[in-house]
Amino acid sequence: MNILKESFLQLLGADPHKPSKEEIKPAAQKVYFYKKDEKVTKADLVALHEEHHKNSKNKWTKRRWITLILVNFLFVFSYALDIQVLEGALTASRFVGFHMADLNSALQVMLAFKQVLINLLIGIVTIFILWFLLGGRTFCSWVCPYHLLAEWAEKLHLFLAAKGWAKDYKFDRRVRTVFYIIFALLAVFTGYTVYEFISPTGILSRALIYGPTLALAWVAFLLLFEVFLSRRAWCRYVCPIGITYGLVGVISPLRVSYNMMDCKHEGDCRNVCLVPHVLDVTIKNRSTEVRMPIGADCTRCGLCIDACPTSSLSYEFKGLTHHPENKTEEKHDSV
Amino acid sequence: MSDENLSEQGRPEKESAQQAQPKPAAKKNIQRGPGRRKQEARRRFLRSIAMTVGVTSFSLLGFIPLAQGSRTRLRPPGALGEDEYLASCIKCGQCVQVCPVKAIKLDDIDSGFGLGAAYLDARAQACDFSCDGLQCVLACPTGALTHDLNYAPETRMGFAILDKPKSCLAIQGKGFKGQVRGPDYDGLLRYDEIDRWNPIPVKDHPYDLELCDLCVRTCPIEIRYNQCEAGKPPSGDVNQCPPKRAITLEPIESSDGITRMRPVILDGCVGCGVCEMMCPVEPAAIVIDYNTVAKA
Repeated sequence: MNILKESFLQLLGADPHKPSKEEIKPAAQKVYFYKKDEKVTKADLVALHEEHHKNSKNKWTKRRWITLILVNFLFVFSYALDIQVLEGALTASRFVGFHMADLNSALQVMLAFKQVLINLLIGIVTIFILWFLLGGRTFCSWVCPYHLLAEWAEKLHLFLAAKGWAKDYKFDRRVRTVFYIIFALLAVFTGYTVYEFISPTGILSRALIYGPTLALAWVAFLLLFEVFLSRRAWCRYVCPIGITYGLVGVISPLRVSYNMMDCKHEGDCRNVCLVPHVLDVTIKNRSTEVRMPIGADCTRCGLCIDACPTSSLSYEFKGLTHHPENKTEEKHDSV
Repeated sequence: MSDENLSEQGRPEKESAQQAQPKPAAKKNIQRGPGRRKQEARRRFLRSIAMTVGVTSFSLLGFIPLAQGSRTRLRPPGALGEDEYLASCIKCGQCVQVCPVKAIKLDDIDSGFGLGAAYLDARAQACDFSCDGLQCVLACPTGALTHDLNYAPETRMGFAILDKPKSCLAIQGKGFKGQVRGPDYDGLLRYDEIDRWNPIPVKDHPYDLELCDLCVRTCPIEIRYNQCEAGKPPSGDVNQCPPKRAITLEPIESSDGITRMRPVILDGCVGCGVCEMMCPVEPAAIVIDYNTVAKA
């Protein structure tokens, strides 16, 4: 199956494709063949993980959280100290005078207003190019303030679920596409940017910059829902911003890349992932090639890279990242 | 999102059995048989429909505050008609950030789809046009504040009305002495004669007036009109000159036969709200009607 098409369909909520034997390339088949009799114990994995991440525990999580906090606080300080570096909020802003517009907010405005001003267009093009180069849903995990709160809520959820005090009710992933269409149609036919009314991203960004609002109660409700009833429900099943940036990510050169060669298929990566379906290629006999790019729904958060005991997952920039054929000498921190 | 799903808690035993299964879906299904799988799929489907209905319904609650169909707030200079304004505002607050008197605020969730959209509370802080260049309009990335507007006198935010003539000091023939809104009021106003470039707190500029004419003497349009008449247009730019007067005191004969002065609002009024802010009686005798505008 075509990798782009697969990436696109998964973004819309399709289950990952299970390749038939014929679809798996001979090189990949060979690797699977040699892995057949391999037995891996938990101790082996821990030892491997220690070795591969000895100098860099949660490296990407740390970098990502710092980035996310810095970006959001640049908005805050820019206004609070009146230094005019990053004016506005996440929905639309100006970086040292240059227009930027959140693609989803801009889309809602265009659908509702049915006119596009040149400033908005400049903002859209700028942000499109930026996130095209950086990976699309990279916005979600590296910038969106709700993502950070939801990540903390997720930790709490997992803790409580382990004690049996919280549940993880799953929803059909296609429902996010349904929401995407609903909010697009609502914008067109009501003439209001309906999604902005419930967008926790916009609400949080404005609350940080302009002060707390009652709307934060809605954000709190969403977080409580995620803590007690459904893991990461908003990002996984509702948020149209994720689809908008995911669409940019389909064609983005920056992505996580999977190398099946050393993979033990134990699934540590899928356990930490917000969108584990994108990592189904790490299941045995799911990868059709030795090296596979991870799909557009991936937020490029790097949790899987930090979790992988064998460094089988890494960031790559298509065309720039060099993958040495010799697997033992492979370095994985290249971006 | 809530009700339907919360009701799922009614059958926790079955659910927890489902949840406790290890991850790989394919294996689980073989072990558990197609019946259980179908049941879970059906539940997931129903749950998803419930969530769709729930979240969509909640999002539509944003309609309620708009149901009356007219403006519910005083909007910044250049704001399009209410429906177009709410359609085009991207809720970023760049107008908030550039306003020198911090007159602009962003609405909360109780304003429905107006959440995050800019408005002014004239009584708390009116737009005194002390930026001269309509900074909020220039800052707006979507044209929700129309870029067709260049100068303060072209603005049409609303129209002042003498809402409570009986409490108007001028009509009562009274003067005014002291701080207009008391010592605790934080509103700002630019006084050309004090500092052309920086607005100062209203409380720092007390008055001593024989007859209260604050709504007229602080009106930004009237100030510009008078400057232009004196041959000194703001910044030397005749484009800043208002074509019409905005407010004046006119004599009226009251029932007791005495002639008194009454504020009369004229077609030059832009609805900026300075008169409402500067009216010293509580509540203000003159207010902005933001659903009416004078002809441009």
